[in-house]
Amino acid sequence: MSSKRIRHWLTWGTIAVVGAAAFGGIALNRGESVNAAWLVVAAACVYLLAYRFYSGWIAARVLALDATRATPAECLENGRDFMPTHRWIVFGHHFAAIAGAGPLVGPTLAAQFGFLPGMLWLLVGAVLGGCVQDMLVMFCSIRRNGRGIGQMAYDELSSVGGTAALVATLTIMIILIAVLALVVVKAMAHSPWSTFTVFATIPIAILVGIYLRVLRPGRVLEGTAIGVVLLLLAVVAGGWVDTSPSLRGWFDLDAHALAWFVMGYGLVAAVLPVWLLLAPRDYLSTFVKLGVVVLLALAVCVLAPEIKMPPITRFIDGTGPIFSGKLFPFLFITLACGAISGFHALVASGTTPKLLTRETDLRLVGYGSMALESSVGVLALIAACVLDPGVYFAINVGAGVVGADAATATATITSWGFPVTAGQMQHLAHSMGEQTLFARTGGAPSLAVGMASIFGSAFGEHLLAMWYHFAIMFEAVFILTVLDAGTRVGRFIVQEAFGKVSASFGRTSWYPSVVLSSLVTVAGWGYFLYIGVIDPNGGINILWPLFGIANQLLAAIALAVVTAILVKSGRRKYAWVSGLPLAWLVTVTTVASLQKIFSSDPKLGFFAAAHDLASQLAAGVLAPERALVAPKLIFNQQLDGWLTAFFLALVWVVVLDMARSCARHLAGPGAAATRETPYQRTQLA
Amino acid sequence: MSAVSRNLWARLWGALRSLSGDDRYERYLDHLRTHHPEVEPLTRARFYASELERRWDKDGPTRCC
Repeated sequence: MSSKRIRHWLTWGTIAVVGAAAFGGIALNRGESVNAAWLVVAAACVYLLAYRFYSGWIAARVLALDATRATPAECLENGRDFMPTHRWIVFGHHFAAIAGAGPLVGPTLAAQFGFLPGMLWLLVGAVLGGCVQDMLVMFCSIRRNGRGIGQMAYDELSSVGGTAALVATLTIMIILIAVLALVVVKAMAHSPWSTFTVFATIPIAILVGIYLRVLRPGRVLEGTAIGVVLLLLAVVAGGWVDTSPSLRGWFDLDAHALAWFVMGYGLVAAVLPVWLLLAPRDYLSTFVKLGVVVLLALAVCVLAPEIKMPPITRFIDGTGPIFSGKLFPFLFITLACGAISGFHALVASGTTPKLLTRETDLRLVGYGSMALESSVGVLALIAACVLDPGVYFAINVGAGVVGADAATATATITSWGFPVTAGQMQHLAHSMGEQTLFARTGGAPSLAVGMASIFGSAFGEHLLAMWYHFAIMFEAVFILTVLDAGTRVGRFIVQEAFGKVSASFGRTSWYPSVVLSSLVTVAGWGYFLYIGVIDPNGGINILWPLFGIANQLLAAIALAVVTAILVKSGRRKYAWVSGLPLAWLVTVTTVASLQKIFSSDPKLGFFAAAHDLASQLAAGVLAPERALVAPKLIFNQQLDGWLTAFFLALVWVVVLDMARSCARHLAGPGAAATRETPYQRTQLA
Repeated sequence: MSAVSRNLWARLWGALRSLSGDDRYERYLDHLRTHHPEVEPLTRARFYASELERRWDKDGPTRCC
């Protein structure tokens, strides 16, 4: 063996031993609190080993990536979207595109099962599922001139599979926007500081938009730098508003008012030109997002906080107060994006492949950036688990479950074995600059408290309130970006559909059509947002599982397309690489959907909940304010039940379409062949 | 500053500009100069506006959950 080879095996051998030791440390640490450093080290070693060996094997054997093959970026270079770009720059672009609120909220909620189940699925799901999906989708797209996943579904399956993919995308977009909007609204409710800061981001984005379009066209770094400074000022100014008796009343709004405000905002943002609000907001959110991820990683690694959550809690039996359902399948549904995210397939096909200089770069960009995204999920999980478990449950459980007043809520949570006192919560809320932290569902406040305590111990306890509101601003900024961008994408899909009925409605610039199709899209997510706000159990417990099922469904569709392409391109013996995660996702979504539809437990089944609430209403045992909203909640539970059934039907349509397409190919050579762009040798050095 | 560290800073600055999209216009001009010298390039302001339109109104979703 050459000395280089020996060094290589020594390095990777050491990483494997360190990783195994970290897992050993976690496993053997019974009864005492575990240090977050163990989790970080174990996770890092798993990602590194998987990247080095599994993605290397997929690149070399399964896909046989060819560095001499010219990519679409080279063949179709146009100085705009097709552009050969350095792989680390593409990595940064792609990571910024896939990183969102999902991997922050999902692990926060899943912490109700303890830190271990969430941690394990984030790792296993990502290295065997999510990263593989992103890499394979990117591969299929790069061999097809950067086609999108929807178009590939049409080409490789049939028009049935293609239509199912398009319908799934629109529906998921609506659920996604609703759930994220609910997270922001819940974080701002009765918090003048948060509300002011989040509101201030809108004029700041507009200011940056004008700077970039009128004053200094295209000087993105200058504009962003000004915007980021103003955002930080807005966080500080929020504190002044909070302490000013005359100003705070203006921003002390309830969830109802805020929900209507967010809907109005979404409508305006979808109609305004992109340069004024959407594009500058996106520049700002990307910067803030990357900055916070780096900061959080540094803080966790340097400070190594103690994990206070037990490895596994009693709630794996399905009685969890934050969301219902057993560990299987609801852990996987809840974590969603941090492990496998169907949404990534939309970005991994289309935009990113048009930038890759060499095919071999897609190992770093596809597999690598998802591994990084999953590690953000691990950080969010750590931020939830450094809180006292009692505090964690007090923040995240709705008043409908534990009671509205502090004494009842703390007594209930303490009776579960997670001691917490009203005084402790009062003190915590005070130090975070909030009136109360009870029942602040949605995941954002709990993550912000976790991040503030980590940052606070690193950079000074007296800044806790500042860090808390900085974390809220950070989440709100990119959630609102997804809300703007998603409403816009929805608007275009609706306009296209309208265009089939009336030609003038299909013209994307015709004003009545713009307004009407934006209204339809906003009404779609606005409905779910409104129901989430009036739900006494917090809303997130209904909406998040629905979102998780939808997201995993989209991942199943992407993996079905990829599996069909693997089979049809002579890679049949490696079809399990995408086939196994596909089988797992189909199992998880099917079991979860069936439980959500048919379970007789009103906490779990949508129809059972509707029935239960209806009989309570009929018996007259509901409190007056609950009886008032009950008919809406009953209707919503039934609607959600039917929606879940629809999702389930979609996933099976696509899977059967895939099976049909593969069977046809295997039956006769040449039948249902796949369409790759022909080989062309690269001219790049 | 030594030549090495100056070079490092220049590369970091270049990476930051590429990541943020600050250098898009220059790259577009480069592309036209090498591949289509006969084409009159757009002004910086027009290029910025048309890029935003392409990215947000034609390319589909570019941001995830």
